[in-house]
Amino acid sequence: MKFSENWLRAYVNPDLDSDRLAHALTMAGLEVEALESVAPPFDKVVVGEVLSLEKHPDADRLNVCRVNIGAGEPLQIVCGAANVCAGAKVPCALVGAQLPKMAIKQAKVRGVESSGMLCSESELGLADESSGLLLLPSDATVGQSIRDYLGLDDKLYTLKLTPNRSDCLSVTGVAREVAAVTGAALNLPNAVVVPASIPDRIAVAVDEPAACPRYCGRVLKGLNAAATTPEWMARRLKRSGLRPISAVVDVTNYVLLELGQPLHAFDMAKIQGGISVRFARSGEQLELLNQQTAALDSDMLVISDAAQVLALAGVMGGQASAVSDTTVDIFLESAFFSPDTIAGKARRLTLSTDSSYRFERGVDFAATRSALERATQLLLEICGGAAGEITEVTAEWPQRAPIRLRVARVSKVLGIVLSAAQIAALLSRLQFNYSEDVSLSPNSLPEGERDEVSLREFYITAFQVTPPSYRFDLAIEADLIEEMARLYGYDNIPALPPRGSLNMLAQSEAARGRDALQALLTARDYQEVINYSFVDAAWERDIAGNDSPLPLKNPIASQMGVMRSTLFGGLIDNLSFNLNRKQERVRLFETGCCFYRSAEGFNQPERIAGLCYGNAKPEQWGEAVRAADFYDAKADVEALFWPAVPRFEAAPHPALHPGQAAKVWLEGEFLGWIGTLHPKWQQKYELPAAPVLFELDIAALLRGRVPAFAEIAKFQAVRRDIAVVVDEGVSVQALLDGMSEHLPSVVSELALFDVYRGKGIDLGKKSLAFRVLMQDTRQTLTDEEVDAATAQLAEVLTSRFGAKLRN
Amino acid sequence: MLNLDDILKEAQAAFAGIDNPDELEQAKARYLGKSGALTEQLKQLGKMPPEERREAGARINQAKDLLEQALKDRREAIQERLLQSKLAQEALDVTLPGRGLGMGGLHPVTRTLQRIEALFRSIGFSVAEGPEIESDFYNFTALNIPENHPARAMHDTFYVDDQHVLRTHTSPVQVHHMQNHQPPLKVIAPGRVYRCDSDVTHTPMFHQVEGLWVDEQVNFAELKGVLADFMQRFFERDDLKVRFRPSFFPFTEPSAEMDIGCVMCGGTGCRVCSHTGWLEVLGCGMVHPNVLGHVNVDSEKYLGFAFGLGVERLAMLRYGVNDLRLFFESDLRFLKQFN
Repeated sequence: MKFSENWLRAYVNPDLDSDRLAHALTMAGLEVEALESVAPPFDKVVVGEVLSLEKHPDADRLNVCRVNIGAGEPLQIVCGAANVCAGAKVPCALVGAQLPKMAIKQAKVRGVESSGMLCSESELGLADESSGLLLLPSDATVGQSIRDYLGLDDKLYTLKLTPNRSDCLSVTGVAREVAAVTGAALNLPNAVVVPASIPDRIAVAVDEPAACPRYCGRVLKGLNAAATTPEWMARRLKRSGLRPISAVVDVTNYVLLELGQPLHAFDMAKIQGGISVRFARSGEQLELLNQQTAALDSDMLVISDAAQVLALAGVMGGQASAVSDTTVDIFLESAFFSPDTIAGKARRLTLSTDSSYRFERGVDFAATRSALERATQLLLEICGGAAGEITEVTAEWPQRAPIRLRVARVSKVLGIVLSAAQIAALLSRLQFNYSEDVSLSPNSLPEGERDEVSLREFYITAFQVTPPSYRFDLAIEADLIEEMARLYGYDNIPALPPRGSLNMLAQSEAARGRDALQALLTARDYQEVINYSFVDAAWERDIAGNDSPLPLKNPIASQMGVMRSTLFGGLIDNLSFNLNRKQERVRLFETGCCFYRSAEGFNQPERIAGLCYGNAKPEQWGEAVRAADFYDAKADVEALFWPAVPRFEAAPHPALHPGQAAKVWLEGEFLGWIGTLHPKWQQKYELPAAPVLFELDIAALLRGRVPAFAEIAKFQAVRRDIAVVVDEGVSVQALLDGMSEHLPSVVSELALFDVYRGKGIDLGKKSLAFRVLMQDTRQTLTDEEVDAATAQLAEVLTSRFGAKLRN
Repeated sequence: MLNLDDILKEAQAAFAGIDNPDELEQAKARYLGKSGALTEQLKQLGKMPPEERREAGARINQAKDLLEQALKDRREAIQERLLQSKLAQEALDVTLPGRGLGMGGLHPVTRTLQRIEALFRSIGFSVAEGPEIESDFYNFTALNIPENHPARAMHDTFYVDDQHVLRTHTSPVQVHHMQNHQPPLKVIAPGRVYRCDSDVTHTPMFHQVEGLWVDEQVNFAELKGVLADFMQRFFERDDLKVRFRPSFFPFTEPSAEMDIGCVMCGGTGCRVCSHTGWLEVLGCGMVHPNVLGHVNVDSEKYLGFAFGLGVERLAMLRYGVNDLRLFFESDLRFLKQFN
């Protein structure tokens, strides 16, 4: 909502300068987004009249003008504008004038004295660029200050209104609000009634009274549609950001801005028969004023005549019945369409109009008729002609049931003490109608007031407040409490420390926070990133093997069209981005949700994923350079699980190298993947080497345990090593599992500690060495027991896995 | 027997000239060994007359003690010197950098989230979470935003299907939490949210922290108190100015927008605060009775306040980041600044 300050002050003129008024509005909830001057400061510019001109003796393009400035001798001024002519009235800057970009001095222009300057709009700072002098109407008063003549000492307010305050979508509405906030007197234009002077009418049938509770219309005949819009009206329209178009359109726009009532004018010559207000029928179409042809849905309210749809009610008129310069007779509509009926319709047609914007938020249904009268008055003044009787069809107006506002509740919600008298005063400032509920007991008073109160005959416990017809945002007590707070001033409500009972928060020791995992990975040299949850569908296809990812219906860009089902895509993209910026070692992690559809609905597990690329360690002295590999990342995965120990199982994944990929399991639960990026994606994404990636469901990692003490063994543990040679294809996990199935009871730990290939070991074979720790809780183990246990394990390896023992 | 003093002197001089433990032992043998000089003296004792033998024996033993003391001193001196020399050889350049892995770091948004959580936990708020793909009901309807309400247009919603959206705010977590817990409630809900908007000052995904306090006696003045306290603690500025302006959110009534005095210019006006001296930092208000009604909380008995703040906004102000989009570019040169 944009308007001129002078217009507002014509209705309410508080004793506040522009900045203070803007601040008052902002603090009352009507945020002033911009406050601009209409014109930059300048002075000594008056309306001048060019009396005569002659060519400059030494310059083809210059004219020497004699300019009347209303007093004294005419001035001689050299002017280079092409549109200067005798008789023209133009702004004339006098010697000594300070213009936005220059100062005017007595000067010689190519040898000819010049005592001032004739100005264009841009020279006065009224436009960014302009061609030629600003030509003023012929009735401009010569010698008058141009600032006064053009009303340039004015400011423009732009309000950022919240959707609940449709009542402030007009200058009248803002004025009403300013009066309530500042206490200044409100002087709105008197309502007018223009009696009918011709018998013409058009019959109106409202088929949908719930959608259109009030419809007013009247015929105006004999208009001069080509009449000129008066300067004062054009100026106010322009200062509200509307371009003057034609007198009829300008008047409807003006009334819209003045009163907030959208109006529509139909060319009467294009209307056949009576008007009906009904819902569109299937298959109906309407070519709108903007030339868009809208296919109408059956929940769209339309204005139609006997033959066709004329307008989309409350949204936009139709091209066929639009007024033009040749229009003589019009049918002027002022209606109240219910917000529910209009809401969403414009958006469905990707439109937003001043009309639909207001109707869907709520238009004052008590002002429908007076707005039509106001528009009639203005049209007859500007375009001449005669008006017929108003046809009004009224169904049931929206209910404005009284709202009970309890005195004690106001204080309870706001945390301040407001007395009944204060509340009554605020309600009066808002011009709300109310009655009082009274009690003979003071118990209904707010706590803070109860002690001091003197004995009275009765006490006001509540107000029954009837919201005005223009307030669509007041339905319940809380809405009125906000009104009280707003007028009392949010700033006047103190900021108090909260009260409450002090209870410690539950803290599960068995659970750990996401921050523990984040801290662990940052301590292991990973940098956290945050990527968008929507990704390129191609990533999903490549990286997740997902041909049917979850798409967004309205993505912001095609490469952000689907929801990610893995965090890998983002991490690989981040790697590429950083490699292009000369980073050589990149270790990243992210925690975030992944998304896919399942039979039950949407699954959105949270995961933690990492990417490890480049050297295992930062370049440093005393360490051989080595690229990080699968096992480096695996250690990080194991650390995330610690003290739980996950299992790794070779398995293929679309993103990963088939020989270097594993599923990660914990206690029979599949929790994620680790592996080296597949060479084909390495090539496709132009990476010099393949990163190692891992991704795990976070929920399992957040499950910890509460430690429980166990007796420390009294007897020394005995260690034996078993070294075997097996085929390359035999996994260490298989050997460990095999031995575990036949684990002698004395074995307390079984672990691999060495892998060897090379001299002494045949090609295709590998040597593995296991450490076996043995311990008995009751006695020191004998050599026989130790040897027997070791032999039992060795036997498993040789018989089940074809292992050869090494000595 | 003058010879004895000579032997002693000679031996002491010999020991003093030796720097090597082996040589010292050889020298020892020359005086105290089987045929050493002092041993020879002892052997001659037998040939002496008994009356002389006693005195001579005492003198020889005394010389032997002195010799052994000299030997021990020299031994220790040699050991000490060897140790010193070894220590000197083992000296390191302690200024060489330590070896091993480097350190990574948290994303500035995570860092900010953790800070916000810690501050609210300190006055007893717990942390709740909710889904990012959210039903229309939780994201809008339960928050008093019916279909076609103009407020929905404020949200630039991403749709997954007709009934599901990417949550446009963390406010739906309020609803989930109130469905699953009985008042009194004191909870914050941090998380990612989505709006179909992308330009210099908007990214289609960002983070919010929603807060909710429901109890029998919370009020607007306390809402102001808690949030003013939070902002002053967050920016570590006791004198940080705050103000509350009436605003509109369908799920709170009364509603307020909170501004803080510009932390960049101190309120004198700069580009960041659009020369107003104020920064809009969060929306808040008293929970709308309809929202409480949706989750069967008695709005006569219980009052609540709620707030929602933008994490990136706070991170930018706290660390002076001048471009929102940097948070989601994953540029290590940016991220490492926050380690």
